[in-house]
Amino acid sequence: MSKPALPYKARDVVLPGDAACPGCPIPIAWKVLSAVFGDKMILVIPASCSSVVVGMYPGNSLKASVIHVPFASAAAVASGVAEALEKRGVSDVQVIAWAGDGGTADIGMASLSGAAERNHNFIYIMYDNEAYMNTGIQRSSSTPRGAWTTTTPILGKGEEKKDVARIMIAHGVPYVATASIGYVHDFYSKLVRASKIKGFKFISLHAPCPVGWRFDPRYTVRVARLAVETGLWILYEYYDGRIHLSGPSRPLLDPSKRKPVEEYLKLQGRFKNVDEKMVKSIQEYVENNWEWVKRHM
Amino acid sequence: MRVVVEPSRYKIPLARPSIGVAGKTGSWRLERPIVDNNACTRCFLCEIHCPVNVIRVEPETGVSINYDYCKGCGLCADVCPVGAIKMVPEE
Repeated sequence: MSKPALPYKARDVVLPGDAACPGCPIPIAWKVLSAVFGDKMILVIPASCSSVVVGMYPGNSLKASVIHVPFASAAAVASGVAEALEKRGVSDVQVIAWAGDGGTADIGMASLSGAAERNHNFIYIMYDNEAYMNTGIQRSSSTPRGAWTTTTPILGKGEEKKDVARIMIAHGVPYVATASIGYVHDFYSKLVRASKIKGFKFISLHAPCPVGWRFDPRYTVRVARLAVETGLWILYEYYDGRIHLSGPSRPLLDPSKRKPVEEYLKLQGRFKNVDEKMVKSIQEYVENNWEWVKRHM
Repeated sequence: MRVVVEPSRYKIPLARPSIGVAGKTGSWRLERPIVDNNACTRCFLCEIHCPVNVIRVEPETGVSINYDYCKGCGLCADVCPVGAIKMVPEE
């Protein structure tokens, strides 16, 4: 019997003793990355929590190549590295741009759009912790409605979350997917599929942050799973011109199978101040998202 | 053609992979995970989800945890489907 790849291959690349907060989702995602690519990956990391987690010179908590780049340029640098590898004939190394939601949805949007349009051969992963967690929980355009941040302290954010996966679908790239830290096997199979496709691949990864979302560190995986089970975060892949729902989200096409969004909201301190009206409008947002997914299946 | 640069000939300020870039993170811990290996079903969920990568599950010997670096987040206790991991306060 051969040993399963996910637990055994994920052992060596992420080294213990990194600078992440307890319960951080970022090293969990890196373990899944290393289960697919081993140390044959080049991570391009802009300013974010991840550049802190990797650690200070002369140490590095990842047994893989890491390039630290300015905030807006993750996709641009990854394009250059991918092209250089192709010119040199190196085909067994995967280039991965690894950016947070601030470095993707706000500051890195222009270079991301350019790289998608030129269709460079790399994987762009946006780990979505829904605010600027590294600098002290400021609101980003990916923060959901009603959420407390230090820049929306009283009423919470009033605007809707920016859906970057839909923006990338509109670019017409070969592969777009959403994944969640609560379903690592699903994330693994999406990475395996993405690694076999040539061209620009985009994965949006839902990553609950215990510090910024105000919940106990032990519930990181539980919160991520609740986001999927309530239908707030829909797991799908987009290729061949239509959306394919992933395993955990497939039964939720039927609205009666979805849990009410209150179960997800009440676990987190950042939604402490939402009232009945706001909960109702968040539920409506869920229904609208599912209508959009149904139209494009 | 591949250009090979020998690291020993040039002093390049490159960071090298090393264990414990933030020190012995075990000192951050408030609660210690204790494993009951008789109840454990070897499902590997705690090993896959451990953010510090200190849990090792072996089919024969069961779960072992490196307490030098375990940050005590309690994620392993929450994902365990049979409740074989308990969090007890540190002395």
